Amino acid sequence: MVDILIPAIITIITASTPLVYAALGEMITEKSGVLNLGVEGMMLMGAVIGFIAVTQTSSVMLGILAAMLAGAGMSLIFAMLVLGLQATQVATGLALTIFGIGLSALVGQGLVGVAYEGIPKLPIPLLSDIPFIGPILFKHDILVYGSFVITVLVSWFLRKTRAGLILRAVGDSHDAAHAIGYPVIKIRCLAILFGGAMAGIAGGYLSLSYSPLWIENMSAGRGWIALALVVFATWRPGRVFFGAYLFGGITILQLHAQAMGAGVPSQVMSMLPYLATIMVLVLISRDQKKIKMNSPACIGQPFHPSS
Amino acid sequence: MIGKKLNLLAAVTHKVSTMLVALLIMVTGTSVHADGHGMKVGFIYVGPTGDHGWTYRHDIGRQSLESELGVETTYVESVPEGADAGRVIRQLATSGHKLIFTTSFGYMNPTNNVAKEFPDVRFEHATGYKRESDNVSTYSARFYEGRSVIGTIAGHMTRTGVVGYIASFPIPEVIRGINSFTLAMRKVNPDAVVRVVWVNTWYDPGKEGDAAKALIDQGADIIAQHTDSPAALQVAEDRGVFAFGQASDMSTFAPNAHLTSIVNNWDPYYIERTKAVMEGTWESVDTWNGISEGMVSFAPYGDAVPADVRAAADAVKDGIASGSIHPFDGPFNNQAGEQVIGSGEHLDDGDLLGMNYYVEGVEGDLPG
Repeated sequence: MVDILIPAIITIITASTPLVYAALGEMITEKSGVLNLGVEGMMLMGAVIGFIAVTQTSSVMLGILAAMLAGAGMSLIFAMLVLGLQATQVATGLALTIFGIGLSALVGQGLVGVAYEGIPKLPIPLLSDIPFIGPILFKHDILVYGSFVITVLVSWFLRKTRAGLILRAVGDSHDAAHAIGYPVIKIRCLAILFGGAMAGIAGGYLSLSYSPLWIENMSAGRGWIALALVVFATWRPGRVFFGAYLFGGITILQLHAQAMGAGVPSQVMSMLPYLATIMVLVLISRDQKKIKMNSPACIGQPFHPSS
Repeated sequence: MIGKKLNLLAAVTHKVSTMLVALLIMVTGTSVHADGHGMKVGFIYVGPTGDHGWTYRHDIGRQSLESELGVETTYVESVPEGADAGRVIRQLATSGHKLIFTTSFGYMNPTNNVAKEFPDVRFEHATGYKRESDNVSTYSARFYEGRSVIGTIAGHMTRTGVVGYIASFPIPEVIRGINSFTLAMRKVNPDAVVRVVWVNTWYDPGKEGDAAKALIDQGADIIAQHTDSPAALQVAEDRGVFAFGQASDMSTFAPNAHLTSIVNNWDPYYIERTKAVMEGTWESVDTWNGISEGMVSFAPYGDAVPADVRAAADAVKDGIASGSIHPFDGPFNNQAGEQVIGSGEHLDDGDLLGMNYYVEGVEGDLPG
């Protein structure tokens, strides 16, 4: 049993990692009061640019950096449109996704059939030798470790830092924040850029580690799942992380259940990750007061300093 | 608040997709000019040409028309099945295309509807069964013949006796492939079993790879797939087991693990049908070609396939091509152990087209 359990858990971690990045990034964007529906498009640009960088330079760090910059670059377009030109956030975000799907396909035209062995695993000395826990937690690549670190950092940033408090204030009432003298537009722009960079890394993880290749539209809807996770986790980093793992976990377990020959229709199995994630997150986050406290009140509303 | 947002989202998505159809033709409907009696041939694809699978192979067929016959071709990629497809097909028909290939099952009704409006244009619909007017033909490939060949290889090469099979949707086409594979495998290795994981998608590299990992963790040492991406092969390479590719030669993704791929080869058919239109001999037909006509072909064997296994696979290949072997030769049983067909007979095309049961040797329940 243990010999199946360990690889199964490792697979769960790799399946959940891209969701953690994309959802945490989007959460920060939304905390500032901006809804960016372009996650899928930003992920795809991260995936293709990261893949190009790593196959051209064979430097893992440059690949990750390129993926991050590609995602941030896409989000900069979004920021200019919604913050600068006051465009509708929902429509602009959708346009960003469609644009990202097309642009990534165009950029990646020559990459069909190019193989890459994936970024190396970095086992942590000593810790990775611990039985059971070692192979599960300490034999991953740098992006998986990074997702743990970033979750802790985002949580700490929002709860314990002054900057985090300002970000939340901007998202809760941009007029009040503006009146006190905070640069609302600048703060939102930074939050959007952070969300873009995280989505870029999430995409980079797909094309560099998860299934190391480039094919058009390879994110296959993960950006939308990340968006849904943020809402169902009621904008709390711990729950976003938990939700991502719940979704990834059930996805993998249902594949294992099928391979073992469990007599449940596969359509039901495929539905399970969505159903279970929504149900669990809704149940644990049903406290109306807490939802009100954590959800950014100004989300989706345009802001102009002169008004 | 959230409900409202989602409603708006749905409305916007719908609007955007309608506008996109118009744009698709104008922008991505790429015309390539060449010299071939001025004839224009149109293609409509369900996926991107860069999918390295189904659509990619159709596009290779399109390119062969240009290089072999010098005709002008137009293609529109990533067209959703349904009402949008009808608009794209009509647009191709009104813009001077004399022959139009519609390359996905879901284009069946739009193809037939548009065909009635344009009696002078010839339509070729892949994988469908409706030919409502005499300017519509249908064509498909007997991929199950290819599955018989790779099943033979799997039977020889599995050590654990467990072969994993990543399946997309429980439709006859996919079930037929699983059964053909299993029957051929158990002819050489009667104790081997096939474990099927349904991923309910044609295309999600991450999920396909995860399914391969689950099957390998559960003891499978060979992976076959009826999904479109090379992700499962990469996992096999990483885990040191073997795998088969799908639709096109996927050996570059798994130089050691790749045993062979079934390759969809539409080129000869596309050339033949285009020539027929040029010469005025085109007629409405239903084509279901396999190994003997070259529509189902194979990537070169991987280095891991030993000489005797190559010989056995070639024998099955040649037998199917010559007609001495049928992948569904009796006798064989269904999963419950009841005989489907007796010795000396084989299933006919009607049985194959409606196949909705597993044969003996497939583990797990067929999703119904």
